[in-house]
Amino acid sequence: MPASLRELRERRASVTTIKKLTRAMELIAASRIVKAQQRAQAAGPYARELTRAVSAVATFSNVDHPLTTEKPNPKRAAVLLITSDRGQAGAYSSSVIREGERLHQLLREDGKEIVPFLTGRKGIAYYTFRQREVAQSWSGESDAPTFARAREVADALIEAFLTPTEEGGVDEIHIVFTRFVSMLTQRPDVIRLLPLEVVEGEEAPAADDVLPLYEFEPSAEDVLDGLLPKYVASRIHFCMLQAAASELASRQRAMKSATDNAQDLIERLTREANQARQAQITQEISEIVGGAGALADANAGSE
Amino acid sequence: MADDSGKHLEVALVAAERVVWEGQAKIVIARTTDGDVGILPGHAPLLGLLQGGTVQVRTVDDEYFVAAAPDGFLSVANDRVSILAENAEMGHDIDLEEAKRALEQAQAAGTDSADEQEQVRIAEARVRAAEKVS
Repeated sequence: MPASLRELRERRASVTTIKKLTRAMELIAASRIVKAQQRAQAAGPYARELTRAVSAVATFSNVDHPLTTEKPNPKRAAVLLITSDRGQAGAYSSSVIREGERLHQLLREDGKEIVPFLTGRKGIAYYTFRQREVAQSWSGESDAPTFARAREVADALIEAFLTPTEEGGVDEIHIVFTRFVSMLTQRPDVIRLLPLEVVEGEEAPAADDVLPLYEFEPSAEDVLDGLLPKYVASRIHFCMLQAAASELASRQRAMKSATDNAQDLIERLTREANQARQAQITQEISEIVGGAGALADANAGSE
Repeated sequence: MADDSGKHLEVALVAAERVVWEGQAKIVIARTTDGDVGILPGHAPLLGLLQGGTVQVRTVDDEYFVAAAPDGFLSVANDRVSILAENAEMGHDIDLEEAKRALEQAQAAGTDSADEQEQVRIAEARVRAAEKVS
């Protein structure tokens, strides 16, 4: 007999508990996705206006801002890796980390030194385990990133970018994050944050949307000085929101399949338990019959 | 311009994570680094950095409100005014007493680092907006 009836029942009970758990996590993730999408939408107007303003300044003045200037001969590259704080999200974290490794490989082939920045406990755990040096890391609120957090990250990255390379600064900054394509598809993606390429492919102004001739107060340079750090923060916020929505979508999918698997397992265990119970009953009956037969034979012999 | 008299401004006050206020207005007064600027319909396109952190708006219904917009900026084009500030807030949403306490706290914390200075500026803007509205 493969397993005793009691064992099978115990296993079934524990799988049922696990199923309840994964089911709850699935539902929580599903409800949070809606919120994450709303947040992404709410951040839209700010990003749109900012992009518009920045491209207006960039178009109408011959700006030579440190944040937009490409450094000759880049030696050190910072990579911001956006991962999740918690697991139970399928391959979400590992695929974005893999994408990060690919980028590292690429940059190293170009002869650049890598300075990693991390957000999310999963990424931090991965780097700590491999005893790699990390420039700076943030954890917490990976599934509901606030703008304040994005600002913090942006300030750190801008500071690193503006420091001369010889003193530990970096020449370019890349972000590795997961793009939320749809509920079913989330794709790890890489964008170059700095030096800035101002007009973004995503929200490029339409051809007939001619930018008016702006006046600047106090001056184009000062306006740009004020705007660019905000723009950088807004782009980081965008990436974080995308990553958060992706994380929740992956978690929902992973938990859904875990629930389905638990259900399958419960059905199998129930069948096995029934079979074991039936076998036990059959055995008991045959024992009784056999016992009665033996008793009758013994009685017949003594008479 | 005379032919603009019937027009109005489309104003949007946008914070980083939400749109704080959106509507039509007759005039928007904001303080940029060069001084106060009043924006009426038909204003030339303008991009300016805000200083002092408050923006005053008179809506088409002759309502008047003040908003706190610390470290924000202003963009005007084709009678559309966008005021962007990470921590924008409506003046009447701010509790004056609470804002004053926050300001005192921020000042007590010191003004050594850029971060602390920013905290003070945000707190000041909130107090000013709350005072103007009351």
